Amino acid sequence: MTPRRIVIVGASLAGLRTADSLRANGFTGELVLIGDEPHEPYDRPPLSKAVLAGRTGTDRLFLPSAQDLNARRLLGVAATGLDLAAGEVRLADDRRIGFDRLVIATGSRSRPWPVPGEAALRGVHLLRGREDADRIRADLTAGPRRVLVIGGGFTGSEVASSCHDLDIPVTVALRGAAPMASALGEAVGTAIGARQRAHGIDLRVRTTVTALHGDAEGRLRRVWLSDGDELEVDVAVVALGSVANTEWLAGCGLAADPRGVECDAAGRAMGLDCAVVPDVYVAGDVARWRHPHFDAEPQALQHWGNAVDQAEVAAHNLTHRHQRPATALPAFWSDQFGLNVKSVGLPHLADQVVLTQGSFERGPFVAAYGRGGITVGAVAVNSPRVLDGYAALITERAPFPPAINATDSPADATVLSAGSNSAESSGPALTTVHGGQS
Amino acid sequence: MRVVVDLNRCQSYGQCVFAAPEVFRFQGAESLEYDHVPDAGSDQAVERAALACPAQAILLGRSAEAGVVSQAVAAEMR
Ligand SMILES: Cc1cc2nc3c(=O)[nH]c(=O)nc-3n(C[C@H](O)[C@H](O)[C@H](O)COP(=O)(O)OP(=O)(O)OC[C@H]3O[C@@H](n4cnc5c(N)ncnc54)[C@H](O)[C@@H]3O)c2cc1C
Ligand code: SF4
Repeated sequence: MTPRRIVIVGASLAGLRTADSLRANGFTGELVLIGDEPHEPYDRPPLSKAVLAGRTGTDRLFLPSAQDLNARRLLGVAATGLDLAAGEVRLADDRRIGFDRLVIATGSRSRPWPVPGEAALRGVHLLRGREDADRIRADLTAGPRRVLVIGGGFTGSEVASSCHDLDIPVTVALRGAAPMASALGEAVGTAIGARQRAHGIDLRVRTTVTALHGDAEGRLRRVWLSDGDELEVDVAVVALGSVANTEWLAGCGLAADPRGVECDAAGRAMGLDCAVVPDVYVAGDVARWRHPHFDAEPQALQHWGNAVDQAEVAAHNLTHRHQRPATALPAFWSDQFGLNVKSVGLPHLADQVVLTQGSFERGPFVAAYGRGGITVGAVAVNSPRVLDGYAALITERAPFPPAINATDSPADATVLSAGSNSAESSGPALTTVHGGQS
Repeated sequence: MRVVVDLNRCQSYGQCVFAAPEVFRFQGAESLEYDHVPDAGSDQAVERAALACPAQAILLGRSAEAGVVSQAVAAEMR
């Protein structure tokens, strides 16, 4: 019953946490960690924040493991195929690694700029890994005239904030009506967008980038926007959401596509016939699943906390007969422009939103999100200590709008349309991407 | 020693900043930043910080490299 060898593909947050909790759960068999990045696992959230702003370096982000992993690690080599019948993972160097149980934790990558010639210009960047961050950082320290951020999701907004910390002029162009609207809705996105503008960010909503132009040396110099404007910029960061790393699973029989690998709440992978595939688990950004608390389509919850929660559930279920579902409420944070933005529940599902504490215009605020008269999410800006109360309301499916009555609750709490533009972005599975498109 | 803070759990109480100011700091009013790989000299202060954190948000550990078997050995793993 207990597996002899567990193979984990993807050696980053979800993979490492799975390995760590397998050992914490008493797994004493062989553990193999396969990862295509040549580094020890490191933490990504600081890349768009402290790293770009120069407050820390990419060589100082390594993640801890609490247990002695005693794992065999194959780093710098990608998995290129999965043979479920043989119980083998194929590697880029043609090796085959057999497994009794497999964990898929290959995460996601940034969606590239769609015009390859423009994407190849020097100065045009994606931001996913430490090399990306090092390259952007080098360009930022070279004193660019202006930085263009393409996309107004979390990653785009955080990059703009880091440029602002460095006193570099920034333009953010986004397709939607407000930054982060696909995750936080239009009302809250608009409130945060106004604060970005107050910091001097040239924020252009409902605006797309129509062309990137380089000089004779192939270096980005100029960009054209759909509002007719033309800007001189030396650096562009493409932050248009992400795509799941599932190519290596093509044809293996699992329900895998660019939106992720489908799994149940216990983390068990599903086959094309929608049946659970024994012995194969999925965790982190690559997992597409239906959270048991919410009535929604299966979706990838591409945030740090989800990777940790799913890793722990997978490790438990790999070592116990009783399969436990992931039930922790989804949560994420973002730090930008001196604002600590924290979310609990699934605000992007909401049809209505209400300001429950503070003010959209200035200072801290909290907004609650409802769907069909039930509280499904909350977002707190510079108010991290109140969120537990909101989490309790979401857990008990409290009626929306919830009665908060805090000392800083507004006198008249107008319920607004949540105005999430998720329908407009790239499909339901991608609406909660950290760094998603807005 | 390696450090990671679960910033979903962290409620920005700042006890860690008191205990180990060379490792933990606030950036803005409520945003915690920290060094994931503090200098060895800070180990005791970091341990105090983890104990003091009211949200139990600070996870300490070792390098994930501990107990690594090299790539050469793995070649025999068929
Ligand atoms: C710039 C940035 C800022 C972020 N900020 C925040 C934040 O503030 N708050 C928040 O909640 N979340 C944030 N996130 C999201 C968070 O970092 C991710 O949700 C988390 O990294 C997911 O972990 P994971 O292990 O599932 O995937 P990943 O971290 O993507 O790791 C997957 C690993 O698998 C490897 N891999 C892929 N394919 C293969 C293959 N075929 N073979 C072998 N290895 C493979 C990848 O190279 C990678 O090392 C941020 C992400 C980024 C990029
Ligand atoms: S002591 Fe804990 S809760 Fe307080 S700031 Fe530090 S990590 Fe956050």
